[in-house]
Amino acid sequence: MDPARRENDQVPPRARARRGVVAAVHGVGLFVIALAGLGSLALMLLSIAGPAFLAGFAVAGPSWEGGTYRFVLFGSAVLALATLVPLLITATLTMMRGLANVTRRLSADWCGVPISAAYRPRPANRGIRARLGWQLTDPATGRDLLWMVANGLVGVFLAAAPAVLMFLGFLGLTRRVFGGGPFAGAAGPLGGDQFEWLVVSLLVMAAGPGFASVLLRGHALLARAVLSPSNAAELARRVQHLSQTRTETIDTGAAEIRRIERDLHDGAQARLVAMGMTLDAAGQLIDEDPRAARALLLEARDNSAKALADLRNLVRGIHPPVLADRGLTDAIKALALDTPATVHLASDLAGRPPAPVESAAYFAVSELLANVSKHARASQAWVDIRYADGMLKISVTDDGHGGADPVHGTGLRGIERRLAAFDGVLAISSPPGGPTAVTLEIPCELP
Amino acid sequence: MRVAIAEDLFLLRDGLTRMLEAHGLAISAAVDNGDDLLTAIRDDKPDVAIVDVRLPPTFTDEGLRAALQARKENPGLPVLVLSQYVEQLYARELLAGGTGGIGYLLKDRVFDSAQFVDAVRRVAAGGTAMDPEVISRLLARNTGDGSLSALSPREREVLALMAEGRSNAAIAQRLVITERAVAKHTASIFLKLDLQPSDDDNRRVLAVLAYLGG
Repeated sequence: MDPARRENDQVPPRARARRGVVAAVHGVGLFVIALAGLGSLALMLLSIAGPAFLAGFAVAGPSWEGGTYRFVLFGSAVLALATLVPLLITATLTMMRGLANVTRRLSADWCGVPISAAYRPRPANRGIRARLGWQLTDPATGRDLLWMVANGLVGVFLAAAPAVLMFLGFLGLTRRVFGGGPFAGAAGPLGGDQFEWLVVSLLVMAAGPGFASVLLRGHALLARAVLSPSNAAELARRVQHLSQTRTETIDTGAAEIRRIERDLHDGAQARLVAMGMTLDAAGQLIDEDPRAARALLLEARDNSAKALADLRNLVRGIHPPVLADRGLTDAIKALALDTPATVHLASDLAGRPPAPVESAAYFAVSELLANVSKHARASQAWVDIRYADGMLKISVTDDGHGGADPVHGTGLRGIERRLAAFDGVLAISSPPGGPTAVTLEIPCELP
Repeated sequence: MRVAIAEDLFLLRDGLTRMLEAHGLAISAAVDNGDDLLTAIRDDKPDVAIVDVRLPPTFTDEGLRAALQARKENPGLPVLVLSQYVEQLYARELLAGGTGGIGYLLKDRVFDSAQFVDAVRRVAAGGTAMDPEVISRLLARNTGDGSLSALSPREREVLALMAEGRSNAAIAQRLVITERAVAKHTASIFLKLDLQPSDDDNRRVLAVLAYLGG
């Protein structure tokens, strides 16, 4: 049994009725969308058929108007085919794509039937020809068109049925109560008995909301059958995503290595050079001025301590020791101890995710906790680590003033990029005034 | 005084042994892993154990676990943990027992042999030796919410040295002030932070650490 239905069984009748009415209203919305689809389909056909008809008329039509008229007619038809028609076609295709995307979203939101989209990426060239070529060569466009037809022929009935049933029942009732309406002259189904009219009308009216969710689900399943990308398209999209994240991962890795090289060069390496020079100077002074030599030796010792401190910080940035020692939960516990805000940590992580995932998750949380104290000026934060259904989920929430913007925050964008390498995602909710809640999800195996 | 050492790098183990012997301490055992340390402690109980956090076979926190295990088997056994890095999380775990005889220092601290041997002796005597880096991070974390803002800069210095586990005499020497001045500062700190004053040095240190670790 599917979860939606099982859920329905536990819902009290009143909420069920309300849900049915809401579904019926949703159905009306889907009905309107289907009509809009038919409209755009008609517009596209007209825009092709109109000029074609004109051209045909000019060539083969009756000749009583003379050659000039024929020439003008033919010329304008050709002109229209050359300029206006491509414009109209891309406009209607864009509209259909929009309608298909709305259907996808509503199917997921209203019926719990997610439908993925796999359009080819938009061309860099914004010209009309490039745009038309892009739309016409994409197999997804064919599915959009097919959906407009299927939705116009079948979808409309599924979508409108609940509302129509409710309306019919309502009409029946008005006949019973007011003695008027379109059924005024009709006999009752069981020979004109008033009471039976009432019962039948009520039943018809109840059938609308009663079957609404089933009908809408049917609509969504139909949409999925038509709109779901083919395996090839899904694979193409996946390949594109992979090559993009791979490039980003390589870039990030290269940048990281450059940073490490620079840190070593400016930090530990420089200090070791200074140390060597100091030791050399001490060696030269040791006989004639032991006191000065001693001071230099102490200086060299301090420099070696500083070089160690540099290396320590570097290691912390590459692979934090506690993460290596104890895993994600304890590493975040250690992070929490270094965060000025009070951090409440909850974790149900039983095993250790693969090291790269662990590391990505750790640095993401590290960045988020740094934001908590730096930007949100929060006094408390909550970190929740969970693992369920092959997905590592970590949420970081704070009581700060919110307003975090993933578009402008390079930190958040960086986290997103790093997670993308593992097919991980980041979701942010940060209304002005707070609180900020960031959730990250990474699919991974837990041994 | 007899010391057991667990350190996997030969050069460091050898260096530590020679340095401690040069300062008049006896080495009861020098081993390179946690299990051998536990055996050595069972066979011949030392006055203090010096343990590196990262030891074979896992090269993770083997040494820390061995140290905690050794203290479980021998309650009150003074243990000084050395590491390339210090973590508040580990400091907390070491201090969790609420008893003294605990040290947690960066390996760099062996550069200053006099200070290092002083820390070893302090831990062996049941005192505390927390690395200044642990303390400075604790202080940094606590200055954020203003609980330490009531302290004067000098009092904060005294607090940091006290948290490291140093006695009044050592603090006085370090800050070049009299012991009486140190006593005055500590009394003021305890008053401002609303802590129970204590004559026992070690209890005092643990109270301060508990306060900072909050």
